[in-house]
Amino acid sequence: MDWSFMERFAPLYVQAAGLTLRIGSLGIALSLGVGLLCCLARYYRVPGLRQISRAYIELARNTPLLVQLFFLYFGLPKIGIKLSGEACAVIGLAFLGGAYMAESLRSGLEAVDRSQREAGECLGLTRAQNLRYVILPQALATAVPSLCANVIFLLKETSVFSAVALADLMYVAKDLIGMYYKTDEALTMLVCAYLVILLPISILFTLLERRLRYAGFGAGRAV
Amino acid sequence: MLASALGVLFKGRNLARLLGGLWVTLRLSAVSILLSVALGLALGMVMTLRSPIIRALTRLWLETIRIVPQLVLLFIVYFGLARAFNLQLSGEAAAVVVFVFWGAGEMGDLVRGALTSIPAHQRESGAALGLTRWQINRYVLIPQTLRRLIPQAINLATRMIKTTSLVMIIGVVEVLKISQQIIDASRYDAPQAAVFIYGVVFLMYFMVCWPISLLPGRLEKRWKE
Repeated sequence: MDWSFMERFAPLYVQAAGLTLRIGSLGIALSLGVGLLCCLARYYRVPGLRQISRAYIELARNTPLLVQLFFLYFGLPKIGIKLSGEACAVIGLAFLGGAYMAESLRSGLEAVDRSQREAGECLGLTRAQNLRYVILPQALATAVPSLCANVIFLLKETSVFSAVALADLMYVAKDLIGMYYKTDEALTMLVCAYLVILLPISILFTLLERRLRYAGFGAGRAV
Repeated sequence: MLASALGVLFKGRNLARLLGGLWVTLRLSAVSILLSVALGLALGMVMTLRSPIIRALTRLWLETIRIVPQLVLLFIVYFGLARAFNLQLSGEAAAVVVFVFWGAGEMGDLVRGALTSIPAHQRESGAALGLTRWQINRYVLIPQTLRRLIPQAINLATRMIKTTSLVMIIGVVEVLKISQQIIDASRYDAPQAAVFIYGVVFLMYFMVCWPISLLPGRLEKRWKE
């Protein structure tokens, strides 16, 4: 191991990790929004939207992110839609993640007993109030473990962004290997960078899931 | 112009080459999935043992594949091993190693989950009915384990098929790489081809993964009856 080499290029990794985190969090936030819209369209059986969201979910879940990115980044400019690498990355991540989030949220919504919704209606809650105060809190609590798994999955998926010329962690590592042949050092730092990003998140999510289980709701409760 | 772009798909042997690339993708997926399932079944049974050493080791394995992206693993095996141990794997071999390492770990965890999710009273009830050990396994435990396991295993299989698209980055010529070559070759006479070719690859993956992803729902519906 060449420590001085690692010290010299560590700032590059820090910068790249920043990019990964920035695009990752933006994409994940968007995918939560998309997922929520899609699963609500299906939950309330909104005509038209329901079929569209179902088709979208199947399409996004059954194709690789890399192919989606290639289509966005190399395909679309040819018919006049030019997107920057970062825009493609965010859109791609939100497109893929939205479908996964929608499925997780849907299973959460389905776990909420029908009587809860009906009870809310009996109390005279409007549809929005019923959703906001009765259904969603319970659905979210059930969905948390799989939502957390999705977040980690999506952050890992950001590693393909280097393929659309974004200077993310993978890109930096590939560059250093190509320029200096310091394969061991570059790869070690790469793994460390992902550990630094994902390990705290993973631990945090484990604690969160445990807390929700102790709270008496969530996936831990026996049926 | 669009017609000429679409024409690229049918020009020469382009479509046949794309399908050949898809075949490489599928072969790689099939080998990885089969090996992962076989190893995963064994690993899952080992994971139910109460040895602290085995527990620590499998935990380490699972956390590694949970945190390190598959692309990073591919780089480590393809570039890292070559340098560290002078072990020159072909891109395809490196891919199989990585996908089996990842797939077997995940599969093992699924098997462990399915095995431990079966309450002890199932075994005890079987014993109370006078079933032999073999009969308890054959008629009580294994069917229930499989019902929990198969939908999740199918889900893992589609994820593995999708993840094989990454291998083009370490130089395996599969469907995505071939589509890139076709687009590069027709850059001047049909610049719009990229939309169609990548669109076709997108649809190819969808046509492979979608039917498989529908299986768990169908199986669950049948088992309910």
